[in-house]
Amino acid sequence: MPTRRDFLKGLGATAAVAVTAGAVSVSASGHGEHHGPEIYEESYGVLTDLTKCVGCRQCEWACNEENKLRPSEPVESLEDQSIFDKFRRPDDERYTVVNRYKGKGLGGSDMFVKVQCMHCDYPPCVSACLVGALKKDPWGPVTYDAWKCIGCRYCMQACPWQIPAYEYNNLVTPRVMKCTMCFSRTTTEHEPKPDIKPSNFLGRGLPPQEKGEPSGKAPACVSACPQEAMIFGKRSELLEIAHERIKKHPDRYIDHVLGEHEVGGTAWMYIYNQPFNDIDFPKDMPDESPAALLESIQHGIFKKFASPVMLFGACATLMHVNGFFKHGDKHDTEGGSDHE
Amino acid sequence: MIQKGGPIMSNNSHAAIVKPPFFTPGVCVVAIIALIGLTGIGARFLFGLGHVTNLNNQFPWGLWIGVDVACGVALAAGGFTSAFIAEILMKEDFHDIVRPALLTAMLGYTFVGLGVFVDIGRSYNIWHMLLPSMWSPNSALFEVGMCVSCYLTVLYIEFLPIALERFKDRVPWPAVNGILHFLDRIMKKVIWIFIILGVMLSCMHQSSLGALNVIAVTKIHPLWWSPILPMLFLLSAFCVGPSMVIFESGISMRSFGIPYHYESPVLAKLGKFLPFLLIVYFTAKLVDMLNRETWVYLVDGSFEGKMFMLEVTIGVILPFCIFVSEKLRNSFVWLWAAAMMVVAGVVLNRVNVFITGVNPVYQDMTGRYSPKGWEWCVTIGCICIIVLIARLIILNLPVIHALEGGHEHE
Repeated sequence: MPTRRDFLKGLGATAAVAVTAGAVSVSASGHGEHHGPEIYEESYGVLTDLTKCVGCRQCEWACNEENKLRPSEPVESLEDQSIFDKFRRPDDERYTVVNRYKGKGLGGSDMFVKVQCMHCDYPPCVSACLVGALKKDPWGPVTYDAWKCIGCRYCMQACPWQIPAYEYNNLVTPRVMKCTMCFSRTTTEHEPKPDIKPSNFLGRGLPPQEKGEPSGKAPACVSACPQEAMIFGKRSELLEIAHERIKKHPDRYIDHVLGEHEVGGTAWMYIYNQPFNDIDFPKDMPDESPAALLESIQHGIFKKFASPVMLFGACATLMHVNGFFKHGDKHDTEGGSDHE
Repeated sequence: MIQKGGPIMSNNSHAAIVKPPFFTPGVCVVAIIALIGLTGIGARFLFGLGHVTNLNNQFPWGLWIGVDVACGVALAAGGFTSAFIAEILMKEDFHDIVRPALLTAMLGYTFVGLGVFVDIGRSYNIWHMLLPSMWSPNSALFEVGMCVSCYLTVLYIEFLPIALERFKDRVPWPAVNGILHFLDRIMKKVIWIFIILGVMLSCMHQSSLGALNVIAVTKIHPLWWSPILPMLFLLSAFCVGPSMVIFESGISMRSFGIPYHYESPVLAKLGKFLPFLLIVYFTAKLVDMLNRETWVYLVDGSFEGKMFMLEVTIGVILPFCIFVSEKLRNSFVWLWAAAMMVVAGVVLNRVNVFITGVNPVYQDMTGRYSPKGWEWCVTIGCICIIVLIARLIILNLPVIHALEGGHEHE
């Protein structure tokens, strides 16, 4: 006859499993090795020198043209300065926007800030996606495959830069919208999406893109910039340029490259003359990617599937000890044939 | 005498109570709300998320994820906790609670699945997460999705013997009857696997559900964000499981006209273990708070601080005081009230983690999220649909023993 002691023992065992799992998770999070997606050592990125930006919004226009977003807008619409009156964010119709900050520039002039996806080296959105619709291409860009997407929007919850936008008003085929670093323009081996026909229906999850190589072309916004405020190139070289500029003009820049270390480093980086908090970049960004923390917790708990298997074994043992199987046999011999 | 296969497979009962009719005035009200909820689901699939919800780029997750999914999963914890007590620890006293708890878990998870289906933008792609070529083991949501879909299957399999018991020997066709008996025999042999799988999968996804927001470290208020969120979610699920069993038994005893003395002694015994579970949860929360020094947010007078205090007071401290007193525990009204508080506390906690505590970087642009009327309609309507299905099943299948007794006495 099982007693209350057994019951408490059982509870104790379960609690112990839970606590161990928690302890594993905490200890695992302490020394997070850098796993993350595969990235080429010579991956590409963009360096934006915000002190050079004059707010012409050519980049916005070029982006919309290249990615066929809001294509009907004439170039003349760029003249409209009233658009700066309102603070804007990239949304489902714009991959990139430029905002104005009055009097925050050099010598009290206006400051303009272009924002778009940062293309993190260890992107939380990629880690969050449960169907692998978001991918970090080893040479730089974070891309999105709408065919895989189920629309859970976990990527939006995960993004520390608050970049991905959702087509909430698209009833049938809503997409997550964000800058792709002009993937089809900047990559050589861009394989077209597979045709949708019943025969390859099951194959639609198979990798449509081989690892692309940079084609040498810069993203549309970078090419469009008349001020050359943005440079497209290898990330390591961009960092060298950034630090060189900061060293050369200590009066012009603060000694910080946004994106060098934030959330594990980003492909898109900024240099600027004021603390970045002042121009609405997120505050208190950790140096480690939040994805690294979560992945080490999850993989810690489920390492080699040991804890679920142990739990299963413990439960089976408890069942055996407590007579789950014994009672049944007794019943079979005593009670006879109720299943015939 | 316990039959092979434990309490799911056996039905030792009190004398039967006369069954009430399906429709009563109260049920009619529930049915009307359910219909409005169905209209809401229709509106979502006709007009899209943008028209039916207040979700935006700052707040991608709202009521449907916070309540339908997070609370639904938590409140369905009664299934695995009671299975653990009654079938794995084989506490014979608790056999009567297993089937109702199993039913609520099954329907609860169905509600979760429905909630996800309505919430995601491309509902027709929901099966993608099961496709091996798209598996993404790095994603916490992948783990939740896989576990929930597996667990839902396990729950339906666990429920199968109850349906078999109702229909075997009562179908006019011998061939079908033979199949039913064959299935029943198989189920008796393998049910233990599914019972343990249910407990295992529950522990896995209850904790992974907490892990979801660990990635949003810069957005979730420090009172709720914690690296041990998975553990806190699991521990609170342990608390809310038995509480939910007490809470629902109170409701079903009332609605099916079962006298309280039938089940309240068992439920009081269940209540005896809650102080222990609550204190473990509370300790974990407290240690985490002291460790990360987040208590400063408690006293800064912020809305979040007040919500946190409310959550802990209603959900942990007050019910602890009630459950710990033997006198109050043995009074069914107090027991039920305390269980309800734990349930309310956990609902509040899930809502806090998924909605209240979310502070996106640019929320000033859009304003804080508050659910649209349609969102409420769908959530409340879905709960009503589940209640109606539960009533239909309880009245027609041997779930609540007091309603079924008579045909398999010792």
